[in-house]
Formats: sequence, structure tokens, C-alpha cells
Amino acid sequence: MPDYALIVRNASFLFDGLLLSLTLTLVGVIGGFAVGTALALVRLFTGIIGNYVVDAYVFVFRAIPLILVIFWFYFMVPLILGRPVGAWTSATVAFTLFEGAYYSEILRAGLKSVRAGQLNAALASGMSRAQALRYVILPQAFTAMIPIFLTQAIILFQDTSLVFVVSLHDFLTATTIIANRDGRLIEAYTFACLVYYLICLAATAGVEKLKRTFAR
Amino acid sequence: MNYQWNWGLLLKEPYAGWLLTGLGWTVALSITGWLIALPLGIAIGIARTSSSRWILRLSGFYVSMFRNIPLLLQMFVWFFVVPELLPARLGLWFKRDLPNPEFWTGVLVLAFYTSGRLAELFRAGLQAVPRGQRMAADATGMNRAQALRYIVMPQALRIILPPLTSEFLSIVKNSSLALTIGVLELTAQSRQIENFTFHGFEAFGAATAFYVLVALVLNLVMVRLQRTLALPVAV
Repeated sequence: MPDYALIVRNASFLFDGLLLSLTLTLVGVIGGFAVGTALALVRLFTGIIGNYVVDAYVFVFRAIPLILVIFWFYFMVPLILGRPVGAWTSATVAFTLFEGAYYSEILRAGLKSVRAGQLNAALASGMSRAQALRYVILPQAFTAMIPIFLTQAIILFQDTSLVFVVSLHDFLTATTIIANRDGRLIEAYTFACLVYYLICLAATAGVEKLKRTFAR
Repeated sequence: MNYQWNWGLLLKEPYAGWLLTGLGWTVALSITGWLIALPLGIAIGIARTSSSRWILRLSGFYVSMFRNIPLLLQMFVWFFVVPELLPARLGLWFKRDLPNPEFWTGVLVLAFYTSGRLAELFRAGLQAVPRGQRMAADATGMNRAQALRYIVMPQALRIILPPLTSEFLSIVKNSSLALTIGVLELTAQSRQIENFTFHGFEAFGAATAFYVLVALVLNLVMVRLQRTLALPVAV
């Protein structure tokens, strides 16, 4: 007999898990954006050596699996701080630095997508470089970037489930705990699939709509 | 920070052996998964460009299912749930008689997940080939299958070669998720070494070096391939 009432009985536990997944996503987006911007600035202002350093950072983070990144920081953060910290702290550090690599690439592609003529035209009309960046380049770059940022956030939301490996109670881990405790794997995992599917589908549809608005 | 370095550790038994078997499982998972995902992804990708509304809907649902559910959850579903839903005897065979059930489940999950992503890639590639190419093929008397095989697909493949390479890198990275269902691949082995010796830098460093090496080699191969396959006239 399937027992779907299980979901209702454990609703608050599952909801807390979902909240943790969403919080971690938000932290990853904000932190990743900050790190990505910092990397883009390093690239812009420090010449060739800075360029190589940023390139290496981005390449390595994009070459290794997120699980390995989570393991790295779970091991390294307490060592560097010299005292034990919880899984939450090391996971947020891991996600921030990992996402930073992806966001810096999105920023770079966004800035590149603005044609060189735009800058030249702005300068020719008497704007300073800062003004050209502020009023001409960035507004165009941002409309090109925002949908990609949001798509990356959806991917990140799915990836937060990987904190399972350090036993943080995100939505998937909460589901797994209930599934194993009550021996109800089928019901619990079916429900989790449904929740993730609907959230991601709705978010993707939202991004598509935004893209069409920008295109107009 | 107080840390005793010991890189020689990685060459000692049993750790060297652990790393090597881990490497073996990572390679086996990625390549087997890829060999299943590629034909599946091409087929679904072609279906995504179909003119029949039902085929479009079905293939669209296929893609959205594998893209909107976290890969880790897909692992759990295929490992814990699917065998229960299969007919009793098949389920039992899956759980008891199949050698290496964790490995084969991992391969299947990676293959299906990757096929969904490849399908989108192939759809985009096929749609990026100018319409005139198809019309010209039609005009010279080719049927639709011939036009696809000889005219459209070769051009689409060239367009999607770079993202296709990064998809292969993705399957290598994603194979690390198989550790959650008990496959002792590279990441799992490095974690195990860290647990046994507390030498995380060396253990994770070795795994990192391997993944970075794969990425570097793939980049090189892609650039070479792109040069070899380049057409005299730009598409």
C-alpha cells in the first residue's frame, strides 16, 4: 500500500530542507556573483599575469566535479581557520568559489557580446570611459547576461543537492532521511522528483518569458 | 596552519592501488555512459526537430524530465525505486544477480541524463544549419533521411563540436556522483584516502590533477579535430 500521507506527516521537516536548499542557492548566487565580478575586475585591471591567474582559477574549477570541490573545502576550511566549523560554513565557501568561476565566464561573455562600435560611438560623442561603461556598455551587457545568470541559478539549485555528501539537511537529504526511516523510498523519492521538476520547470519558464521581454 | 606534507603517501600501498582502481571506474563509467548517451541523444535530438506535434511533445518531455531533476536524485531513483517498480523477477535479477549493480545503475543514470543534454545540443545544431541546405538537398532529389545524413548532420556536428567536447568533460565530472550509490570511483577513493590518513591535500590533489589533465587533453583534441574537420567554405 503506498503511503503518501507520509509527506504530510513530515511536511515541516521537508520544508526546512527545501528552505536550506533555497538559502544555499541564494548564497551561491550572491557570493558567486561577487567572486565572479572580482575575477572580471582582476582580468580588466592587472594585465597579463592577472589574466593567467584568473584563467587558471576558472579552468581548474570548471574541470573538477562539484563533489570534489565540496570535499576539498570540507577538509580545508577547518584546517585554515584552525578550528572545527560546521558543514554549512564549508559548503557555502565551496559553492561561492565554485560558482564564482562560472559567473566570471558569464560576465566576460556578456561584456564581449556588446560590439566594439558601441564603445567607440560613446567615446566619439564625448563620454568618458567610465560614462561609456556606465550608460552604454553595462546596460546592454546586463540584458544579455541576466537570463544566463538565472539559468545558472537553476542549475545551482539542483546542484545544492550534492551537500548530501557532507550530511547537510537540504531537501534531498531530508527526503532520504524520511525515506529510510519509514522504509518508504518509492513515495518519498517520487515526491522529491515532483517538487524539483515543478520548481525548475516554473523557473525555466520564467526565464524564457524574461528573455522574450528583453528581446523586444 | 599546521600540516605535515607527505606526497610519497600516494605511491604507497594500498593508496596507490585505490587511486588506480578509482581511476579505472571513473573511465569505465564515463566511456560506457557516453557510448549509450550519444546515439540516444542524437535520436532524441532529431525527434526534437520533427514536424509531428506528438513526437515534439514526447521528446520535449523526455528532455525536460532529465534536465529538471537533480542528477543525484536520479541516481537514487534508479538505484532504490526503479528495481521495485519492475516486474518482480526482473527487479530481483537487478538487485541480486546482476554483477556490479552499482556500476550499471550509475552507467544508466549517466547515460540517460547525458542523452537529455545531448538531445538539446543536437537540436540546436540541426536548427543552426541554414534552411537552404535542406531545400537544396531536397531539390537534388534526396529524401529526408539522405538530406539529414549527408547534408545537414555533417554541418551540425561541426557547429556543436566545442560544446560536445564539454559535454564529455561533464560526464567525466558527473560520474563522481556514482559514489553516492557505492561505486568507488576516483573522487570516492581520494575521500577514502583522506579519511584513512588525514592527508587531504595529497589525496584530493591527486584526484584534481587527473580531472584537470582530462580537461586539458580534451581541449587539445577538440582544437585539433576542429582544424581537421574545418570546411574550405565557412558554413
